[in-house]
Amino acid sequence: MADATLQHDAVGHSLPGEYEAPLFGAYSKKVGMWLFLASDSLTFGALLFAFSYNRIYTNPWPTPFHVASITNATIMTACLLSSSLTMVLGVFAAQRGDRAWMRNWLLATMVFGTAFIVLHGMEWTKLIGEGLTLPGFPKPASAATGELADVSKAVPQFAATFFGLTAMHMLHVTIGVIYLGVVALRKLFLPILGALWLAGWLLIPSDNVFHYGIHALLIGLIVSAIILFLKPKVYDAHDVEVSGLYWHFVDLVWMFIFPLVYLMSTKIS
Amino acid sequence: MHDTATHDDSKGQYFWVWGALLVLTAIEVVLAYNQVFEAVRMLEVLLILSVIKSALIIGYFMHLKFETALMRWMITVSVVACFIIMYFFFFPDAGRIIKLGVK
Repeated sequence: MADATLQHDAVGHSLPGEYEAPLFGAYSKKVGMWLFLASDSLTFGALLFAFSYNRIYTNPWPTPFHVASITNATIMTACLLSSSLTMVLGVFAAQRGDRAWMRNWLLATMVFGTAFIVLHGMEWTKLIGEGLTLPGFPKPASAATGELADVSKAVPQFAATFFGLTAMHMLHVTIGVIYLGVVALRKLFLPILGALWLAGWLLIPSDNVFHYGIHALLIGLIVSAIILFLKPKVYDAHDVEVSGLYWHFVDLVWMFIFPLVYLMSTKIS
Repeated sequence: MHDTATHDDSKGQYFWVWGALLVLTAIEVVLAYNQVFEAVRMLEVLLILSVIKSALIIGYFMHLKFETALMRWMITVSVVACFIIMYFFFFPDAGRIIKLGVK
C-alpha cells in the first residue's frame, strides 16, 4: 500500500500556489469514503444505542439464541473476518498491477460476503418460523404457534430492534458484494446479478420475507447498470482500495452487533 | 503536517491481525456461552474486546494507522465525540425508566 499516503513534496509544480497539496495527504476518493463511513458509523451507532436503550429498560429481555444460533452467528463472523483478509490481498494485487489476482481476491471476498448473507437469511427464516415476527412480515403458518410467538407479543421491541439492526447491516453487506462485483467484473457482473435476482425471486417461497427482500438485488442491478453504462472505466488500485474501506467497515460494524445482539441474548439450556 | 508511508507493507502482519481477530471472537463466544460474568460485567468485557477488534480492523485492514496524523485524529475524534454525546442522551433516561418501574 505504498501509494496509500501521498507525499506532498512529490508534486512538482513550478509556480508557488499553483497547486495546493491535499490537506489529509490522501486522494479525494479516499477522503470522501472516510467521511461517508464516519457518517454511516453514526447511523449504526444510533441504532446500537437504541438497541441498548431498549435492552436496559426492558426486564426481562428475551434470550432466544440457542447454541445453533450462536454457532451460526460465529461462522458468519468468521466469514466476514476472512473476507477482510481476502480484501486486503485484493488491494495488494491491485497495487502491484496484477489484475487477475485482484479479481480473484475480490471474488473470494464476495463469496465470503454471500455466505454471510445466506447464513443470516437462514437464521432469520428460522427465527420467523419460530414466531419472532413483526406486523406486516410475511410468515409461515408455524409462526403463530412457535416458541417465540409469545416473545413477539410480550416484548415487541426485541423483534423490532433485532430485525431493524440486522436488516440494516445485511443491506450494507449486500451493497458491498454488489460494489465489489462491479469493481471486479464490471459489465460482466450485470447478468450474474440479474440471474441471482430472478432465481431468488422464483425459488424463495412467498411466505418468506426474502421473497420480497431479494428485490434489493434488482435495485442494485439498475443502479450498477446506470453507473457502468454512463461512466464506463477500468477500476484502478485507488478504486479497489476505496471499495476495500467500505467492505472493512461492514466487517467492523458486525464486531459490535455480534456481541450486543447475539452473545448478550444467549439461551443457556 | 503529513506522514510519509514508511510502514511495513509485508502481508504477514495482516494474517496475524486476522488470526488475532478470530481468537478474540472465540474468546467472546466462550465467555458469553459459559456465562463467566454477570450481565453488566459481561457487557463491559464484550465491549472492551469489540473495541480492540475494531481498532485492529480500522488500524490495519482500513489502513488508518498509516494515514496522516491529521486524518487519523479528525476521523477518530469526531466519531468518538458523537458517540459520547449519544451515550449521555440515551442511557440516563434508560436508567430513569427502570427506577420509575415502567413496564
